[in-house]
Amino acid sequence: MYIIVVGAGKVGWNLTRELLEKGHEVTVIESDRRRYLTVEQELEHNVSYGDASELWVLERTGIQRADMVIAVTGDDEDNMLICQVAREKYQVDRIIARVNNPRNRPHFDLLGIKPSVSATDLILRLLEHEVPEYGLVHLLDLQEEQLEIIEMLLGKDSGVTGRRVGDLDMPEGSLLISILRSGKGFVPGPDTVLEAGDEVLAVLDPGHEEQLKALFGPEQNGAGAGA
Amino acid sequence: MLREGHEVSCLDEDPESHARLEVGLEKGWEDLGGQFTVGAGLETDALEAAGIERADAFIASTDGDNTNIVIAQIAQRRYDVPTVIARILDPLRAEWYAGQGMHTVCPTSVAINMLESAVREGASREAPRQASEPAEGA
Repeated sequence: MYIIVVGAGKVGWNLTRELLEKGHEVTVIESDRRRYLTVEQELEHNVSYGDASELWVLERTGIQRADMVIAVTGDDEDNMLICQVAREKYQVDRIIARVNNPRNRPHFDLLGIKPSVSATDLILRLLEHEVPEYGLVHLLDLQEEQLEIIEMLLGKDSGVTGRRVGDLDMPEGSLLISILRSGKGFVPGPDTVLEAGDEVLAVLDPGHEEQLKALFGPEQNGAGAGA
Repeated sequence: MLREGHEVSCLDEDPESHARLEVGLEKGWEDLGGQFTVGAGLETDALEAAGIERADAFIASTDGDNTNIVIAQIAQRRYDVPTVIARILDPLRAEWYAGQGMHTVCPTSVAINMLESAVREGASREAPRQASEPAEGA
């Protein structure tokens, strides 16, 4: 596969190295002369000097035959437009853009730049995973498919411990897919009884997190418990 | 455009730019009905504070091509502004985005045309510095 990486910063350089090791043909484009000279010492002909915002630079790098373009510069506008031009002008099938400022993510979506990867979001996810007070962990967002998979840890005070899965008042558009109990996973049936300490995985349409959190979270003054 | 009686709102990251707006004006920018917002063009909060939601026309003319192209598309797609214009210095991209339906103005192309015609005008008015070979059939 021929892959063009834009931006030879820490992300771009390491990504290029990994992709080369996997046997792909890769060119990384860097617009800073000094950075280019540094990276060139290791990557040699796999790095190209120029501003990838400019069409002729992309063409010189062979974008017409590229299978994938990955824009990982430190500038969100650059990443967005490089991907937009790659897909819409040069018909590159696969594009990946880095989001530096998570507040810009709606702009990536607006321009149809998918998938976009934000380090801040990834760290947030990790935080949610490591800090249990959030109660609910996003495991996977399937944006195209409009689905999410989340994980919840049932506390002793959870409103659903001791109840049958079949009796749960699951919100429409959500489904329990598995339970991790004492290190073992299994697919629950309607007769499975939930226990404190269970890690529950659910798949759901976006927007149902709060309902699930209320259902599986600590029992609150009878709300949801008596259902 | 403010002088012509239009309502003009200007968004700039640099608060100092406000002073530049008032150069040559007999009254203050706001006194003449102008609006000035400090903020970044990529921040939707700033765009909305500047009144993009009720704008009839939107001009993206920061000093960065990429910023202008992105903001222009935000104005078009997210806020449905009827007339959107983007300043793009890079002639190749100005041309391509124009082909994609964006109204673009390329100062580089305009300057090249002006310089070219200035050179031609000068050349036709003045005698060449050196008598060149007479052209065949001239």
